[in-house]
Amino acid sequence: MFSEIPDDDTVNKRKLSTVTIKFKTAVKGHRYELITAGLYTLAIIFCLFYLCDSSAFASDALSSTPAQTASTTPWWMWPLVLFVVTFVLGIIAVLGGVGGGVLFVPIIGGFFPFNLDFVRGAGLLVALAGALAAGPGLLKKGMADLRLALPVAIIASSSAIAGAMMGLALPKNVINIALGSTILGIVVIMLLAKKSEYPEVKQADKLSTALRITGIYNEPSTGEDINWKIHRTPQGLALFIIIGIMAGMFGLGAGWANVPVLNLLMGAPLKVSVATSKFLLSITDTSAAWIYINNGAVLPTLVIPSIIGIMLGSIVGVRLLAKTKPAAIRYIVIGVLLFSGTRSLLKGLGIWN
Amino acid sequence: MSKLKATEEQITYAKILDFGMKLGLVISVVTFAIYVTGILPPHIPLNDLPKYWGMSVHEYLQATGLHNGWSWTGMLYKGDVLNFIGIAFLSGITIICYIAIIPILFRKKDTVYGLIAIVEVLVLVLAASGILKAGGH
Repeated sequence: MFSEIPDDDTVNKRKLSTVTIKFKTAVKGHRYELITAGLYTLAIIFCLFYLCDSSAFASDALSSTPAQTASTTPWWMWPLVLFVVTFVLGIIAVLGGVGGGVLFVPIIGGFFPFNLDFVRGAGLLVALAGALAAGPGLLKKGMADLRLALPVAIIASSSAIAGAMMGLALPKNVINIALGSTILGIVVIMLLAKKSEYPEVKQADKLSTALRITGIYNEPSTGEDINWKIHRTPQGLALFIIIGIMAGMFGLGAGWANVPVLNLLMGAPLKVSVATSKFLLSITDTSAAWIYINNGAVLPTLVIPSIIGIMLGSIVGVRLLAKTKPAAIRYIVIGVLLFSGTRSLLKGLGIWN
Repeated sequence: MSKLKATEEQITYAKILDFGMKLGLVISVVTFAIYVTGILPPHIPLNDLPKYWGMSVHEYLQATGLHNGWSWTGMLYKGDVLNFIGIAFLSGITIICYIAIIPILFRKKDTVYGLIAIVEVLVLVLAASGILKAGGH
């Protein structure tokens, strides 16, 4: 009469089997994209290995004392390669839906002969330039929201100053270990984090109500005006302390963390979160960038080709966006981040120098 | 379809940011061209650069005789240092945008946001001042 109640083991086995089936279906559906992404990732990794070897050669050839130098590589080669690599990064960043800084720092820091101090300074300026370029359009369209950004910016930019000062004071191996762990953490976030187009916010919290953080944006695909409000503002602001510190310490930009907090935790619509996050970077990275500039950690030879390369790459990326399959590019970004994050971690641990 | 209206302060911020960003990029490209073409002699000869870019910032400053903070403003006749005009401009434009929206916020009696904007300007000016020094490693 009564059906048998399954024990915990049976329930777990059933759950596991459902997850396996879902995973297999997902892989089957994206088989072509996965194979293409795998091949491209391998090609990029091969190029990075080559750069790494050349970089090691350059470091060996150049003694640690500036008086002795025997490098046969002309000075202009590295900025030129940097320009080409950042151009490609700019394309991949747009197609993969990530900021340029998050790819720039681990790749340039891990595979080029530049010291990580200068790479992080350049990474911040690259992320800053991208945010400055995108900011005006996002603000004018009402996608980025100044009322949401201003309170968050004050927390994030103050923390970014502290992060930048800590980053310049800590030993290189500690930074490499922390950077590698962060990049691998970003990979996990990219694989697991869900997005919510219009999160349900039943009631705005007291702080956001007092600050009147609410808005309307026009959804171009439907023509609808979307009213939005936010909740859990104190928790969100607290998390921006950590985000700001990490942005300043690693020079990564922080879109990868801003968006989940604004969207999933605070309940801002996805498009408002993405746009406000991009605009927010222009403020957070400004404060951290000044610390790097004033402490001498900015090399024009590294910064200017990178900014130009990544901006031109972004322009091409936007044009390619309509013609490519973003899923495949996302796998490439994840693959490259996984590789460069592991490289940073192993470099910091002294296993792969 | 209704057209969304961004607030007055948002539009003002966007306009200044747009102009400043473009001007900053042009300055950066021009000064970099002056640097690499050798129109102005650099403080660190271009061929010697690879000797320095692998050093930590602390070692780099010691080896090159460069100083931190705003000391670069006294060396603008050198091609490499000249690049800091564009870099500083790009890093400073946000401060100008904030200063521009403060009167609008107070005129609209949005006192809390006016104060938030003032505090943000102070935070960014503190970062830009060069007072905050990071310890070397």
